[in-house]
Amino acid sequence: MRTIVVATRLVNQILADKRAIALMFVAPVFLLFLMYVVITSMTSTPAIDLVAAPESVVEALQERAEVTVLESEDEALARLKDGSADAFLVFAGDGHRVVLEGTNPTISRLALTVLREALIEALEPLPGSAAPPLSSTPIDYLYGSQDYSSFDFFAPVAMGFIIFFFVFVIAGIAFLRERISGTLERALASPLRRWEMVLGYFLGFGIFVAFQTVIIQLFMVYGLKAPTEGSPWLVLLLNLLMAMVALSLSTFLSAYARSEFQMFQFIPIVITPQVLFSGLIELREAPDWVNHLSQLFPLTYGGKALRDVMLRGLGFGEVWRDAAILLAFAVAFLLLNAVALKKYRRV
Amino acid sequence: MTDRQVAQVVARVEGLNLSFGNLEVLKGIDLSIRRGEILGLLGPSGAGKTTLIRAIIGLNTPTRGKVTVLGHEMPSLEPAHRIGYMAQTDSLYELDAYGNLLFFGGLYGWRGQKARQRAQEVLELVELTNHAHRPVYNYSGGMKRRLSLAMALFHHPELLLLDEPTVGVDPVLRQQFWAEFRRLRDAGTAIVITTHVMDEADHCDCLALIRGGEIIASGSPTELKAAGRSDTVEGAFLHFARFSGNPSQADKEVRT
Repeated sequence: MRTIVVATRLVNQILADKRAIALMFVAPVFLLFLMYVVITSMTSTPAIDLVAAPESVVEALQERAEVTVLESEDEALARLKDGSADAFLVFAGDGHRVVLEGTNPTISRLALTVLREALIEALEPLPGSAAPPLSSTPIDYLYGSQDYSSFDFFAPVAMGFIIFFFVFVIAGIAFLRERISGTLERALASPLRRWEMVLGYFLGFGIFVAFQTVIIQLFMVYGLKAPTEGSPWLVLLLNLLMAMVALSLSTFLSAYARSEFQMFQFIPIVITPQVLFSGLIELREAPDWVNHLSQLFPLTYGGKALRDVMLRGLGFGEVWRDAAILLAFAVAFLLLNAVALKKYRRV
Repeated sequence: MTDRQVAQVVARVEGLNLSFGNLEVLKGIDLSIRRGEILGLLGPSGAGKTTLIRAIIGLNTPTRGKVTVLGHEMPSLEPAHRIGYMAQTDSLYELDAYGNLLFFGGLYGWRGQKARQRAQEVLELVELTNHAHRPVYNYSGGMKRRLSLAMALFHHPELLLLDEPTVGVDPVLRQQFWAEFRRLRDAGTAIVITTHVMDEADHCDCLALIRGGEIIASGSPTELKAAGRSDTVEGAFLHFARFSGNPSQADKEVRT
């Protein structure tokens, strides 16, 4: 019953703080929108110049890149320098060669790929050949489709991370302020038990966190059209679990901060590494110890499960293990927090 | 001590030592807190008054010795609902006065109409009725103290621990505070008050002078003044402080 008293007070307090509400509901949506705009506007068609190219090459390349036909190599070099083009292809005598701008490996790779495809199509059209050009090979996708953009791949993890991050910051600071202002200690001078305090906080904040999660998910799916192959309810469950882990972790960690400043110092230690391990970066070739380290971080499991459900359409049967690990994280942090409160009262 | 007096003891501190790391904050404290008595803990800041109060309510655990409140060795949750506590720092939530009172009342099991009525009563007592619905971050220091007192009184505690209750409270209201303390005492409440204001000490039934983590003298204000060869409690404090480095020379225990 005292748990409910604590939760009710927290709800009243948050409702009275308009700024906190704005931070909780508006800021994540804005950040996700910004991420969407930036990622989807990343270039996917390289700008390639051609010098003295045969008509067939020009046609083949025009389907794949932004093509400008130039008179001289000097002119092409100048355009490479001022950033108007990413690469140029020059035909001279019997041969041809490519010059790349070369600072951005992603764009370089992209330019090379389209150049290779165009050259194969234009210069070696071999209808009777044993190796048909790639363009006529039938391609199937096990998961996803050719319409998937980079954002679609980022979306599940981005959503999980944003939920995790905002809950971590807001709940951590709120609990820390209880410690600093003395209200936590004052409450523990009453018959309130330590676990009642922890659970009350978890419930009171949990209500807002659940709302926040629903809003973020709705915005991702309907606003930004993030792919949802699997059940949206399963996605919601995973998101809520992520939020619960963040909530329990940040309130626990606040025991080890003496000021807001120290609380923020946890962000580079606790939050940033999780982004690296969340699946945004391919870790297949990382050293073993990195993969082992990644297993200590909740976002590793959350990110994986969210991608499995949203991109691959897997069901609860396939992701229950990740969900269970997230739940275990949340319970463990709640228990640790109840123990950490012994600092204020031994019993 | 007679049986009747023993029965009236609400809290007892025996041979209490309390250290934080290497820092010894309280040394060999012995105290009895009785029903219907106002006990003043008098001493400069840093003497250990707050640490002692916190040990009585169970927020500090004794390093050595024992604290017993209402028959339970502290720290314990058992007597918690019979103790009222006003901390030295105003620990208030960013709600209005009413919200704060209902929250703390709720922790002590007060709910619904009964809780709202009691909130009105204590707000009236500390003259905050007109400000009941203002958020506390707009409150002055004195108003926050008054609200903290209201919170400590809310659940009719048998033992009231007040840590510097009158700091920043205007003299007229301070007088009313003391009138209320005396009324509660006469109704049987045991009250412990810490203060560093010597002239407040005269209002107490019994005093413990604390300096450097030790009780350098205890007794009623009249007894202390007589033993300290002074007209004022402050003079008596100076007298005992002079000998506190070597307690055997001072009349350490005036009352036994």
